[in-house]
Amino acid sequence: MSRPLKQIRLAAHFPGVNNTTVWSDPDSGSHIDFDSFVSLAQTAEGAKFDFFFLAEGLRMREHAGRLQDLDVAGRPDSFTVLAALAAVTERIGLAATITTTYHEPHEVARQLASLDHLSGGRAAWNLVTSSDAFTGANFRRGAYLKYAQRYERGGQFVEAANQLWGSWAADEVLADVDAGEFLRHGTPGAFAFRGSQVDISGEFTVPHSPQGRPVMIQAGDSTEGREFAAQYADGIFTRHGTLEAGQAFYADVKGRLARYGRSPEEMLILPGTTFVLGDTDADARERAHHVRRQQVTGAHAILFLEQLWNRDLSAYDPDGPLPDIDPDISSEARAQGSAAARSLNREAVATARQWRERAQAGRLSIRELVIEMTNRQTFTGSPATVAEALNAHVQANACDGFILVPHITPGGLDRFADEVVPLLQERGVFRTEYTGTTLREHLGLDRAPTGAVAAALQ
Amino acid sequence: MHLALALNDAGWHPAAWREPTARAGELFSARYWVDQVREAQSGRLDFVTIEDSFRLQSTRADGPDDRTDQVRGRLDAVLIAARVAPVTQHIGIVPAATTTLTEPFRVSTQIATLDYVSRGRAGWHVQTSTRHSDGAYVGPRTIPSSEAMFDEAAGHVEVVRRLWDSWEDGAEIRDASTGRFIDRDRVHYIDFEGPYFDVKGPSITPRPPQGQPIVTTVAGTNAADRFAARSADIVFLTPRDEVGLAQRTGEIDDALADAGRDSTLSRVFADVVVFLDDDAAAAASRQARLDALDGGVYRPDTLLFTGTPAQLSEQLMAWTELGCSGFRLRPGAVPHDLYAITRSLVAELRDRGAVPREYRSSTLRGGLGLARPANRYAAI
Repeated sequence: MSRPLKQIRLAAHFPGVNNTTVWSDPDSGSHIDFDSFVSLAQTAEGAKFDFFFLAEGLRMREHAGRLQDLDVAGRPDSFTVLAALAAVTERIGLAATITTTYHEPHEVARQLASLDHLSGGRAAWNLVTSSDAFTGANFRRGAYLKYAQRYERGGQFVEAANQLWGSWAADEVLADVDAGEFLRHGTPGAFAFRGSQVDISGEFTVPHSPQGRPVMIQAGDSTEGREFAAQYADGIFTRHGTLEAGQAFYADVKGRLARYGRSPEEMLILPGTTFVLGDTDADARERAHHVRRQQVTGAHAILFLEQLWNRDLSAYDPDGPLPDIDPDISSEARAQGSAAARSLNREAVATARQWRERAQAGRLSIRELVIEMTNRQTFTGSPATVAEALNAHVQANACDGFILVPHITPGGLDRFADEVVPLLQERGVFRTEYTGTTLREHLGLDRAPTGAVAAALQ
Repeated sequence: MHLALALNDAGWHPAAWREPTARAGELFSARYWVDQVREAQSGRLDFVTIEDSFRLQSTRADGPDDRTDQVRGRLDAVLIAARVAPVTQHIGIVPAATTTLTEPFRVSTQIATLDYVSRGRAGWHVQTSTRHSDGAYVGPRTIPSSEAMFDEAAGHVEVVRRLWDSWEDGAEIRDASTGRFIDRDRVHYIDFEGPYFDVKGPSITPRPPQGQPIVTTVAGTNAADRFAARSADIVFLTPRDEVGLAQRTGEIDDALADAGRDSTLSRVFADVVVFLDDDAAAAASRQARLDALDGGVYRPDTLLFTGTPAQLSEQLMAWTELGCSGFRLRPGAVPHDLYAITRSLVAELRDRGAVPREYRSSTLRGGLGLARPANRYAAI
């Protein structure tokens, strides 16, 4: 093949507040103590990863009207953790997930620009949109945004943030003691954004930051989300599918960029990816099965089934057969605050019947069925097998890299860093040293998207 | 005697950035803030506050001026504090954040997280946003009248405090035998309902190391005094002179009593702007030179001291007799007046036995002699 090999982009996702994260393992440490964040971020930086990634959740998850108590719960504030991590890391990018629905654009732009200064140009945000009234109960606005308007607000939020980040000229601060001139011009930072969802004005206090604009990633695979990403984002955080599904997604999203005057390499496709490593492929498969059993306890299996059935199934034995009653589709959903629960909404009765048939055919218990039906690890195998698979996905244009989600805090990336990364480096598809200092430099994204439709297409 | 340092730009004098030793080109870098807080820590000060405002600095009360000869611009104080925390070990770190324009849920989790990353050294300096046009930072919102604004601020602090308590200590149980990660009977909704906002809770962040990080604020008007007495652990007073100091400590004691607060659980500090040199005349002429550079006489809103560190130490000793337990020193220019505080003033006060030589507690609360409070939601 004459084409040069694509470079793989790698990010480390701090284990999330969900049952992918195994807390019952003897190696599982705190999800709150700063030491855990330092440990994972330094491991990722030692392996020359592009960035470190934090998810967001602004309300404790519930099930059947009570706090969900089976999964890891609780998390510190992302911006605050990342600013602290900037003190104990030097090069790795620092990404926070931020919803545009319940945060204020001025404050988010201000904290991101501040983080960019305090980290020497390593700030990034993963933009999500939401519309759930459940989370709104913790915020001044409460439930206010219709589902259809969430991208309308998201777009205005980004455009307002871009205006704020551009409100100081790059050379505005002179600090010239001899001339007595601190500023080049008077009153920098003036901004005014007038939109249906965002209507703000004032003066922005944060001078032009090292990256000018922090790197922006958009999370969401919907058609609206793809178009939004093509217009505004430097990257897209997607669910991982098969190689073929990834290629179709990749072609679709990259194909949307021209409309905004952008070339395909100006936006990165980064699927969230889990993995299990073993000494051999067979060893890895065995470990993966063990991890699945840790992730799906009997209590988890019942809870998962309750999300679909929308009924109290606590009397059922997780090691016994599935309920022979149908889901309750008449009342409000039992699970709140969970993405997995929301995706199980429609056609519950039909889905339940399929599951029952599947369980009967395979003689599977409730727990065994849930283990089979819910998220498996994306890549399982020896380090060589996993390295080959990752590289194959990138070179075949199913993605540009991966946001890796370990299942153990904080040591879940150690083996990947020690054994898979060197194999990728040997293949010449992953850096052996950082060549730049900012995250934009790491990712090869010199030009930030403007959000404007290309002149020729207007 | 407790000593705090108020960090702001290149110092509190508007021409401080023009001092030969100032690092005006580094005001927006992490290194600048780390160096200052480490210096304060080397002087064994109890804590630093970091000023902040959504607005751009201005000499005008309601809007920007066009001056290019003063510092303009600042970074978010909470994030400066977080950046400094892992590379300091003992000193308390208290960033400012406004109640008027922020979400209580967000402030609560950010300060709680600052407490985690500093291992129990976090505080929150509560400010309000009074300018009419401040509302435009969060979309068209009317800035309430002074009374209502402090009422809203009190609600905001109440929500922040309830959220800090919403997880009981030890609510994370990791009980493998039952498969439960948390004991949900020990994680509580706060169900705050008020005229300005409702907040359901619980927090997403478990109870921070200090239980309740330290809340500080500046008192002043009657409404501000009532708010400070009701909501803060440390009240900063801004008297103009010694007579004013005696009067203000009396007034804030009354406000504390009216609020039903146990006076042993709060601390009253006086704010003092300082210009210090080994020779009192040198301090005065340095201040005058900065005034000349700025084109006007700097008149702070609080006590001003210009003289030698030895004189200041005597003065502070005398002022503690008037009912305050500590001082928040605002250096006229950094690093000059900061060094004078950490290297000379502190030595004088140590010789007088007024301040200890070493940190005696690993937390800010502990250093201030304030116990870790019981959780309001814990079953008795």
